[in-house]
Amino acid sequence: MSLKIVVLAKQVPDTRNVGKDAMTAEGTVNRAALPAIFNPEDLNALEQALRIKEQQPDVEVGLLTMGPPRAGEIIREGLYRGADTGWLLTDRLFAGADTLATSYALATAIKKIGKVDLVIGGRQAIDGDTAQVGPQVAQKLGLNQVTYAEEILKIENGKATIRRLIDGGVEVVEAPLPLVVTVNGSAAECRPANAKLVMKYKYAACPLEVAEDDNRKDLRAEKGYLNLTQWSVADVDGDASQCGMSGSPTKVKEVQSIAFQAKESKSLTAKDEDINALIQELLNDKIIG
Amino acid sequence: MNNVFVYIEIEGAEVREVSQELLTKGRKLANELGVELHAVVIGTGIKGKVEEQILPYGVDKLFVFDAPELFPYTSAPHTDIVVNLFKEEQPQICLMGATVIGRDLGPRVSSSLTSGLTADCTQLEIGPYEDKKSGKVYENLLYQIRPAFGGNIVATIVNPDHRPQMATVRSGVMQKAVYEGACKKEVVYPEVNKYVSPEAFVVKVLDHHVEAAKHNLKGAPIVVSGGYGVGSKEGFDMLFELAKVLHGEVGGSRAAVDAGWIDNDRQIGQTGVTVHPKVYIACGISGQIQHIAGMQDSGIIISINSDPDAPINKIADYVITGTVEEVVPKMIKYYRQNSK
Repeated sequence: MSLKIVVLAKQVPDTRNVGKDAMTAEGTVNRAALPAIFNPEDLNALEQALRIKEQQPDVEVGLLTMGPPRAGEIIREGLYRGADTGWLLTDRLFAGADTLATSYALATAIKKIGKVDLVIGGRQAIDGDTAQVGPQVAQKLGLNQVTYAEEILKIENGKATIRRLIDGGVEVVEAPLPLVVTVNGSAAECRPANAKLVMKYKYAACPLEVAEDDNRKDLRAEKGYLNLTQWSVADVDGDASQCGMSGSPTKVKEVQSIAFQAKESKSLTAKDEDINALIQELLNDKIIG
Repeated sequence: MNNVFVYIEIEGAEVREVSQELLTKGRKLANELGVELHAVVIGTGIKGKVEEQILPYGVDKLFVFDAPELFPYTSAPHTDIVVNLFKEEQPQICLMGATVIGRDLGPRVSSSLTSGLTADCTQLEIGPYEDKKSGKVYENLLYQIRPAFGGNIVATIVNPDHRPQMATVRSGVMQKAVYEGACKKEVVYPEVNKYVSPEAFVVKVLDHHVEAAKHNLKGAPIVVSGGYGVGSKEGFDMLFELAKVLHGEVGGSRAAVDAGWIDNDRQIGQTGVTVHPKVYIACGISGQIQHIAGMQDSGIIISINSDPDAPINKIADYVITGTVEEVVPKMIKYYRQNSK
């Protein structure tokens, strides 16, 4: 049985390592100060796809991402690790999308790809932590979903058996394909880039990434796999009113950097007498006992 | 029509605490809006077992869907029931726990109804909103307030034109309280097969295993919490010892969880557990907003940090400038000496 797998991936600012210059004086986020990375749980998702590809014949793994042209970077990163192909959804009309408009765009692209058996994405992206896109893509495609997956145990007779996390425990579920799966960060880590694949794909690029004076035109003409697919709203037959800001039911009313109510605090050193005095004070006030 | 709805989560026939917390919040919102609080619970063999765990929190009307195969939860049947019920009832607000179930169901329902959903809210308020482009003013919208961008900012989200306005909230963020005021406490048992078709039951749960929580971090009176400054998994052993002598629990920041020094079910913050202890001892925690969102309502906050300018120090009652390695053993020592 051949299998077509689409891995949903997002390029995200690395919000886990936010330095002091990451916020502007006005309290907005200085995106330029944050490195752009492959969303960590999407890497866990890619690993699950690559394992299926190893375990059975005739599996194709493609990476679908939406973002600015530079998001082509994560398609290359996916190719280096073993994906077969990739698609970049990029268009100004996609900008300002909330999770619902994002899901619409991704679902429309998946329809365009066609005959997809399995859609696998990370549980959530670290720049939003919403975990909404996976289930919403599933709903828009009319597919079943399994979220918080830790391991796709097997795919047999058109059904996937999956171990997933639940609150306070684990579950094993069986779901028919086609299916949308979101993978939790506790799943197996993604394999590193393969040196041969890096050599093969390092000049792969989307049309918008290729500069006018590109001096590898001949190379790209010769090796078709270096030309990554890039789609606009029109290319996937999307309805612009359901994309980006206009397709987003949620609106941001305001964004604040939080100024916490500073308390009057007592300053202590690590010296024995300070710690001893603190413990005595807390005991006397019956705060600890 | 136009009421506030809470989706009630269950394990077997036991209502999850997060749902009761949401009922208490939902009651306040309903009172402010002058509407009713409704609840929906979906399971198997729950009739007569769950009502008294739900109604006391101020519910005017409870919809109980009881049929085979509705427990354990699977996405499609629960989505169908909630979506079809909402098409009839047209609620203005729907709250769910930001749990595995709520975060599986919420987006599916919101996508079906094309309504906006905000995940992991830390505050919910009612207020007006002016659309800057159209100049249109909306009254009585739900402000869905949450830290965003890894917790570096706080965003207020509204859904002006779509209903219901949906939000998920993590366990422990709101506080449950039995409602003292008057409410209708009506219970109805709709016919399940009118809301969900047999084709929805295609995902089979082969094995479902839930363990009792290993710790009571959420309810602990004293929390010793460690961050990146703890430095290692071994460093956390010291924190566990301090927690043990103080009869408290140990938590950690996202950085410590990401580093693998402590289990992720002990993560404190917006994307983890929210705690309200009497005493919070922050060990080597710098204090990202995402963390502070989960502990700022603690009674007394003690910060141990080698950086005197750590952001968390601003909200601390006691700031100890020093390393965790040096200070924590001294706290253990002097507690043992003085408490005898």
